[in-house]
Amino acid sequence: MSADLNRKKVTKNAFRITKRRNHTALRVRVPGGHITAEQIAMIADIARRFGDGNMHITTRQGFEIPNIPFEKMAEVNAALNPLIEELQVANGVSFAASNSGYPAAGMRNISACIGNRVCPFANTDTTAFAQKLEGQLFPHDFHVKIAVTGCPNDCIKAHMQDFGIIAICEPQYDYDACIGCEACEKVCKRKVTGALSMKNGKVIRDARRCIGCGECVLACPTGAWTRNPQKFYRLLIMGRTGKRNPRIAMPFLNWVTEEVVIQVIRNTIPYIDRYILRCLPKEHIGYIVDRTGYDVYRREVLENVKLNPEAKIARTMQWPGYDTLNDANMRSADYWKG
Amino acid sequence: MNSYSLTRSNFKDIFDRLSAEYRLFGPKRLAGRGRFSDTDLITCDFLADIDELEFEEKSFMSPKSVVFPADETTFVFNEEEFKEPLMRDQREIIVFLRPCDINGFARLDKIFLENGDRVDPYYQRRRQKIHFFMIECSSSFENCFCVAMQSNHTDNYAVALRFDKESIEIQIRNDHFNRFFESFGTKSAFTPEFVKEDAVKVELPDNDEMPAEIFNHQMWSEYDQRCIACGRCNTSCVTCTCFSTVDIFYPDSRTCGERRRVWDGCHLDGFTEMAGGHSFRKNKGDRMRFKTLHKIYDFRKRFGFDMCVGCGRCDDVCPEYISFSSCINKLGSTLKGEKA
Repeated sequence: MSADLNRKKVTKNAFRITKRRNHTALRVRVPGGHITAEQIAMIADIARRFGDGNMHITTRQGFEIPNIPFEKMAEVNAALNPLIEELQVANGVSFAASNSGYPAAGMRNISACIGNRVCPFANTDTTAFAQKLEGQLFPHDFHVKIAVTGCPNDCIKAHMQDFGIIAICEPQYDYDACIGCEACEKVCKRKVTGALSMKNGKVIRDARRCIGCGECVLACPTGAWTRNPQKFYRLLIMGRTGKRNPRIAMPFLNWVTEEVVIQVIRNTIPYIDRYILRCLPKEHIGYIVDRTGYDVYRREVLENVKLNPEAKIARTMQWPGYDTLNDANMRSADYWKG
Repeated sequence: MNSYSLTRSNFKDIFDRLSAEYRLFGPKRLAGRGRFSDTDLITCDFLADIDELEFEEKSFMSPKSVVFPADETTFVFNEEEFKEPLMRDQREIIVFLRPCDINGFARLDKIFLENGDRVDPYYQRRRQKIHFFMIECSSSFENCFCVAMQSNHTDNYAVALRFDKESIEIQIRNDHFNRFFESFGTKSAFTPEFVKEDAVKVELPDNDEMPAEIFNHQMWSEYDQRCIACGRCNTSCVTCTCFSTVDIFYPDSRTCGERRRVWDGCHLDGFTEMAGGHSFRKNKGDRMRFKTLHKIYDFRKRFGFDMCVGCGRCDDVCPEYISFSSCINKLGSTLKGEKA
């Protein structure tokens, strides 16, 4: 006989319904996709003991352990405890009860590129930022996707998230140390936006064109370009995949601090709570913003946020994407025969 | 010669007293200003406070900028006359540096003061204000090959310093500085030691004449692909002295402007480019050859000692992991192979 399950409770506990009757898959949260060899051994151990020894690496940098019998859930949750201690509690997540697994599954795993622990291009420690966000935002039941990327190359695909956080840097120029070699001007023109130009053997930066990638700093042979040690971020919002209207996230805030980013995402939770359509099984945040309009969203999430003086806020918002209903563009083979 | 043992707080007091009379210059850590985010830049610059002095790590840039700034105005002009700028700060300068860099200044002196029939006045007016405070190297850094270049040792310093965990040992060679130290600390028998061995071994070619075949030898061609012409080896080098002159006109003026000399380097694009765009060394391999032979061959023919001091900064800073010390060794084995 099948187990008598409260499906909603199970799903909320990060166990999902799978094709295989009476078997579940556990989603393991790995904030920032960063994990020690010992931690991955703990996950492997759960897969070996309770599943069939398979593990799936998810698109959000977590793990999914399939083929766990539902009756093993309590044991799995107990086995998860040391991992939750290290990846959630150590990052500031507080739990009502231990040994009961993940208390929520709505807030998806917060993913991040490898960041400046390894990558020379990264403008910040994205792993640490993802772990900090985990502590500030998890657990929560609303379905929200967040990713942190270390530079505008956006290797983690922040553009496909509800919140895409791009670490940027403000390059600062030491006029006297510059030898006019043009390395920065060339790299900016070839790889980025052409924000730099030469005049009288020195460099002029067009702040409106500068996207804060840091390529000029990397290219400079004398240290004339250095990063402002104050970290800045660009926050993209409401990108998504999905069945109705896939679209990329667009810049909402630019040149804001970590505190502003965190506060805006935190303020989004009560906004969702106010406007979400409860007649639907779940409503993604982007569709809520589509209904209330950007202006309402902006006003409500920026309330009580102390913006740093460098901060810029998008005046209007349009998301490039397409409506999947638009099938008039698709033609059968006859059409192409002319 | 007097030697003293000082506490950290003694040294802070002395530093402050020196600051009242001298400008102090040395290795300086700029937090968060490194090439990569969350890394520091260790440069050489004027020091406002003892805490700014980085005495543990090797600097990314050399101290040459104290006598040869990256960008210096040589004169200002209008349509009738020109005028050399005054040196605004007339104070003498104490430079904290290591033995290789002190030897580096001997190379700079040759180029700016004794190369040709006149001295370089811009260099000279700074150089004559300099006093060396030598930071002892207890061991060599990653890419140092000072021993091979015989620049591990020097007596040319006013004061030598050893930074121990608790104390600072100093030896004074220039008695003029006694008065800053004698009321602090306790007398000691400290004499500085010098690095006797580097991990990097370099065997210098002992050829008096470089065979002409070396000029077009295929050993240089690997650098055509490897070098990206960023010029870090030149800008970080304590002995690279090349500059370009540029005339600039002040904005909104048709007649007034200034001439500047700005660091240039043989690895950078555009170096010694002629009218019409002719370039002497288009390939990076040719640039590597030019630099190598200048540093360890033709400078010696003119002045009697090698230009390179083996500080290893070029190897420290190269983003493409090109090792100059390895290149010298490759040249040596190429020459041996040809001789055999």
